[in-house]
Amino acid sequence: MTFIAKPKVRHPSLPANALGLTRRDYEGALSTLCAGCGHDSITAAIVEASWGLSIEPQNMVKLSGIGCSSKTTAYFVSGGHGFNSVHGRMPSIAMGANAANRNLTFLGVSGDGDTLSIGLGQFCHAIRRNLNMLYIIENNGVYGLTKGQFSASADIGTRAKKGEVNFQPPIDPVLLAITLGATFVARSFSGDKEQLVPLIQAGLKHGGFALIDVLSPCVTFNDHEGSTKSYAYTREHYEPAVHADFVPLEREITAEYAAGETFAVVMHDGSRIVLRKLDAAYDPTNRTTAAVQIQERMKHGEYLTGLLYVDADPHKSAFHVVNGTPDAALNSIPYEALSPGSKGLEKVLARYR
Amino acid sequence: MPASSPARVNDFTVKIATVNGTGSASANTLLMKSIFRSGIPVMGKNYFPSNIQGLPTWYEIRVTRDGYVARSGQVDIMVAMNAETYARDVREVAPGGYLVYDSTWPRPALLKREDIGVLGVPLARLCNENFNGVRTRILMKNICYAGVLAALLDLDLAHIRQLLAETYAKKPQLVDSNMKAIQLGYDYAREHFTCPLPLHAAAMDGTDGHIMIDGNTAAALGCLFAGATVAAWYPITPSTSLMDAFKMFADRTRVDRETGRKNFAFIQAEDELAAIGMVIGAMWNGARAFTATSGPGISLMNEFLGLAYYAEVPAVIFDIQRVGPSTGMPTRTQQADLLLCAYASHGDTRHVCLYPANPEECFYMAVQAFDLAERLQTAVLVLSDLDIGMNDWMCRDLKWDDSYRPDRGKVLSREEILGLDKLYRYFDKDGDGIGYRTMPGVHPKAAYFTRGSGHTQYGVYTEDPAEYQVVLDRLMKKWDTARKLVPRAVIDATAGSSVGIVSLGSCDGAIHEAMHVLKEQGVGLDYMRVRAFPFSEDVEKFLAAHELLFVVEQNRDAQLRALLTLETAVDKAKLRSLLHYSGLPISSAFIVEGVLTELAPRRPALQHGAAHG
Repeated sequence: MTFIAKPKVRHPSLPANALGLTRRDYEGALSTLCAGCGHDSITAAIVEASWGLSIEPQNMVKLSGIGCSSKTTAYFVSGGHGFNSVHGRMPSIAMGANAANRNLTFLGVSGDGDTLSIGLGQFCHAIRRNLNMLYIIENNGVYGLTKGQFSASADIGTRAKKGEVNFQPPIDPVLLAITLGATFVARSFSGDKEQLVPLIQAGLKHGGFALIDVLSPCVTFNDHEGSTKSYAYTREHYEPAVHADFVPLEREITAEYAAGETFAVVMHDGSRIVLRKLDAAYDPTNRTTAAVQIQERMKHGEYLTGLLYVDADPHKSAFHVVNGTPDAALNSIPYEALSPGSKGLEKVLARYR
Repeated sequence: MPASSPARVNDFTVKIATVNGTGSASANTLLMKSIFRSGIPVMGKNYFPSNIQGLPTWYEIRVTRDGYVARSGQVDIMVAMNAETYARDVREVAPGGYLVYDSTWPRPALLKREDIGVLGVPLARLCNENFNGVRTRILMKNICYAGVLAALLDLDLAHIRQLLAETYAKKPQLVDSNMKAIQLGYDYAREHFTCPLPLHAAAMDGTDGHIMIDGNTAAALGCLFAGATVAAWYPITPSTSLMDAFKMFADRTRVDRETGRKNFAFIQAEDELAAIGMVIGAMWNGARAFTATSGPGISLMNEFLGLAYYAEVPAVIFDIQRVGPSTGMPTRTQQADLLLCAYASHGDTRHVCLYPANPEECFYMAVQAFDLAERLQTAVLVLSDLDIGMNDWMCRDLKWDDSYRPDRGKVLSREEILGLDKLYRYFDKDGDGIGYRTMPGVHPKAAYFTRGSGHTQYGVYTEDPAEYQVVLDRLMKKWDTARKLVPRAVIDATAGSSVGIVSLGSCDGAIHEAMHVLKEQGVGLDYMRVRAFPFSEDVEKFLAAHELLFVVEQNRDAQLRALLTLETAVDKAKLRSLLHYSGLPISSAFIVEGVLTELAPRRPALQHGAAHG
């Protein structure tokens, strides 16, 4: 019941971030999802990541479409505006909202149905525009609210709860995004908070479109034997290839990394993503080989995870750079600077005499 | 040539039949503007195909000393430049009129009509002898007929030269070559025909304080002056020129000279669903945003329009109506989206619609649309059409009041937010059905969850019957507030008749002319032009005060009549439809005929003054 407010009790020992806020300040309404739903773990990771980045809650804009996943934007950062739009159309709302005020943090949460079926077009075009937002897909391979139909991410041969087998090839959002020119593409698992939290932080700080496809098992309709999106199957077939640590500008890199296997991607504000290769042969900065390697492993039923592709300089193609918008939010420009006034009109009308 | 043609100065129609993509548009604009600059009221209508090159296209120039803005329904001079359409073009000339054709090739069949003057000019030969290159010869052939018409109609060559100089300011050599083509036609006509014709132009002072502008350009200017900063759209005829014009004006007036940064975002969307989504997202986040589309786009936008209605997000949409159903005839005009726009989307939805009648109103209503959308926190649709949007209309100079400031509606400031216990987003504090909204990025206390799912007046998710209904009922209260804020109908009751005309939008010009004609025949009518939905109180009053009402509109299904019967207490039996839906703009003749046919049995009772046959 989302209208049941969580009691705001502040324990004095809760750690505070740079803004003096605790993790509780980044929570939202109580989840109405099924107990054990992968989505709730993602929500917890978002809370952790946002708190860790010290994002001003009011500066976070939470966007979603329709479905179980899209409900979750109500469950975190209650101090940020949320927009639960129509099915598959969240990217256009995000585009408009971002055009109006580029200086907010845009986080979209969608599902595999919302993104890969009804919303496939808008998803692709948000990537093409390199819209500065983090787009999280909570991917469980089924439609939950309508009781377990296959989604477009269902693997060939996977079995529905009632026994039906899927024969249609899946649409893989990671491969799609890499092919379309996305500048930050990651895959993770709702059960791996250690991997997911820094990925969310890096995605939120990325200066263009960041995608994280999070395998997020549906405990009610897709967690049985024969499903390729169950907790058990995912844990067995999940292969971390590149671990990403997000290091904010103000923090020194202190962790010890084996030489030759780590390197840092410096972000626009000076923050860094330190990438640690778990698979020595994998290069997350090469779009072409990344796509090949992901597909090679998929042939063997394995999902490579982590930050699978990153463009160190996403800004050149970012929407506002291409459009030439000023640094100030368009919604903050005073009217006087927008209207040419009666004299300006007179000048224009000369063309029409 | 019929010798008996009486002289008709500044009152005739020239129609030019050409092939799409041959550059005839510049010749036609040149002719029309030179007439306009001689102080003579003029109207131009373009009947073009949905095609890039090769299909027939027509342009109609009506020279009208009385300043009428509609089609006359008659062609006095036909310039037949397209062999494919010769036969029908010749047929269309009114008795006593003229046909100008390219006599480079003999066309004996053309000479079959005895009741018109046939003027052959060897345009192709003249241009082939004087210009090089295939493309140049084709283009110049069109400029050349403008020269012929200049001689026949006694147009001022100085105006033509000046217009060419303005058009080709950056390519002066083109001024000379174009002028050479004009002169070729002009001299040939003067040498071979009695110039001017009895139908001709003569300078007057009927265009002071007026401009020639199309509605899409005027609407784009309105958006610019309203302070719109986000424009999102998907290309569709006939709305695209509105976006093109906005970009042109914004590129000139909104770019910082030092930094080159633009105070606007211009987004070509992947489809109309995305376009309206972007507009809703931008206005939700405090920018003024708009999109322009046509019927097929409105069909696609339905779901989002329902969201804007129920989640109470402002949005501005221009529907430049074209002929439906389905793809229909994309380059022809109609008013057939009235019902679609009024009730777009599933569930109980209704939307504020504005109905401009001409480019001048497109400008003012564009500004008004943003103020209404933000005041009412809902979508506002401006229903123009292809005739208004893409044709050049003579209208009064647009004026701007520098004291104008956008009405942002009920938006809480940071100070007001700090003073709140809690935000009640959809609560009717003021009794006008409008709640208070907040913008992201201001304060955590201002945050709320915008949703298209069931919600309480406090903005919280609900499936509770009573809580749901409170919001739905309040939306109806807001609708009553809208009724008081939208532009009132324009009512002319000077005839004091028991019979009236009710119409909207681009029918206006033809109705005014028809009313003059009818008055001369002793039939005086009252007239109400509806300018917005919901209907203001004066609409109800006018309907009640008349015994018989002609509802004039440009669609098959009498959509305005349907809206009136649904939304007012009017007795259906009083409403007579005059429906024009061929795709051509409605003519005054159509209305005169419709009214007279209906009134024939009752005429003695209606006549003021002498009886006419």
